[in-house]
Amino acid sequence: MSGVRVLVGTRKGAFILTADGTRRDWQVSGPFFAGWEIYHMKGSPLNPDRIYVSQTSGWFGQLVQRSDDGGKTWFQPGVPAAEAGPPAWPAKPANRFVYDDSAETGKPLTTHQWYDGTQHPWEFKRVWHFEPSLVDANTVYAGVEDAALFRSTDGGESWHELSALRGHGTGPQWQPGAGGMGLHTILLDPTNPDRIYIAISAAGAFRTDDGGQSWKPINRGLHSQYIPDPDAEVGHCVHHVAMHPSRPDVLFMQKHWDVMRSDDAGDNWREVSGNLPTDFGFAIDVHAHEPETLYVVPIKSDSEHFPLDGKLRVYRSRTGGDEWEPLEKGLPEKDCYVNVLRDAMAVDTLDDCGVYFGTTGGQVYASADAGDTWVPIVRDLPGVLSVEVQTLA
Amino acid sequence: MNIAGANDASLAQTRTIRVQIPYHLRTLAQVDGELRLQVAPPVTLRAVLDAIELRYPMLRGTIRDHATGERRAFLRFFACEDDLSHQPLDMLLPEPVAVGKEPLLIIGAIAGG
Repeated sequence: MSGVRVLVGTRKGAFILTADGTRRDWQVSGPFFAGWEIYHMKGSPLNPDRIYVSQTSGWFGQLVQRSDDGGKTWFQPGVPAAEAGPPAWPAKPANRFVYDDSAETGKPLTTHQWYDGTQHPWEFKRVWHFEPSLVDANTVYAGVEDAALFRSTDGGESWHELSALRGHGTGPQWQPGAGGMGLHTILLDPTNPDRIYIAISAAGAFRTDDGGQSWKPINRGLHSQYIPDPDAEVGHCVHHVAMHPSRPDVLFMQKHWDVMRSDDAGDNWREVSGNLPTDFGFAIDVHAHEPETLYVVPIKSDSEHFPLDGKLRVYRSRTGGDEWEPLEKGLPEKDCYVNVLRDAMAVDTLDDCGVYFGTTGGQVYASADAGDTWVPIVRDLPGVLSVEVQTLA
Repeated sequence: MNIAGANDASLAQTRTIRVQIPYHLRTLAQVDGELRLQVAPPVTLRAVLDAIELRYPMLRGTIRDHATGERRAFLRFFACEDDLSHQPLDMLLPEPVAVGKEPLLIIGAIAGG
């Protein structure tokens, strides 16, 4: 029987929520890596039992964890166990994300703009997002802070920067958003392995059409009042971008303010905020079977990161934007002051598309009917940083 | 056994060094209590950190930054009631640590959490 596995990264560990296809009864396992920030966890589409985890800490840095059995056991790729016999240096530098500034392949490690407008050196802090390849189970991409894109072709043992992105030349205009200067969105085109979209807060969206050898900013149509030139080529605080795999040229964006849409692979954007009560927010996703059905969670403002009127509502558009309806059945109707972060919404691919999101208050909500009704799977986890869903055969 | 910093002349003088590390690193290394490491003289901070990373590869990058080799900002090194965090890595550790009488303390800063 089919089922779903919801991968939840939180401020203090990872959790896995599982249910059969009815999505009524849930089992909660975890915390895994208790006490650590789990920015993101995601399974390989080619081998769903292979799950990559970003385990990070302000004290101890970045670790990569992997499971090859659906989350039952974990290991750090490339790191021998302590009791594995006579100690020896690992053959490959595991957990190591070093910007590539080599003369042969890299780009100079330039500076980016700091909060106060001065220039600041690039410093690796953490992995925000893992995106496993659609064509090779051993290949996985990592979006990191300070913004850069890395790739592993050995299952997460070693990592190499796709440095043409950071070296695009506009780096000095990139600046951190409130959460840091993270590369948070990686979209792989299922019809064209050379095409990748990424997004950075606050630089904007970029696209490569040659497998990462060169990148172009794709921000035409974005308008942001918080940069000197509101229509600049880069500098926009893109919060998240979503794509339906059947139409990889159509992109939907939740920007700092504004919900946007592109029908030409990001070359041009138009606003589709329509009748949303506020168009600030972080999360955005697309229905698994209806490419024109979108979900966002409107947040009051950039200064007040919680729902309007203390009432948690998902908004759904069945028209690809512009026209939105509130979805509130089963969600808190008052006194709710949580946030839903950019990577904390996902959908399953069962016939009745399931929609899931996690909150900074530790709730994970699920809808088994495309958003019409919601139930909390769990209510009291640590603050949720990310939610991914695997649909299991 | 490989011993950090060892050469033929110093092997015979190898000492057992005691090191206390934070809870999360003990969990990662799958150890309870103190680390006990064989280190050949001269017993410097660098030699002890090398020994830790040699014996416990999963701790590489968690105490010293992968790229710079510098102490991670939110970790501190204490020994014999002195703060060694800002001392050169090649400084000799205090004699009580070098002979295994006192532990080297690797402590997580109180900030955040």
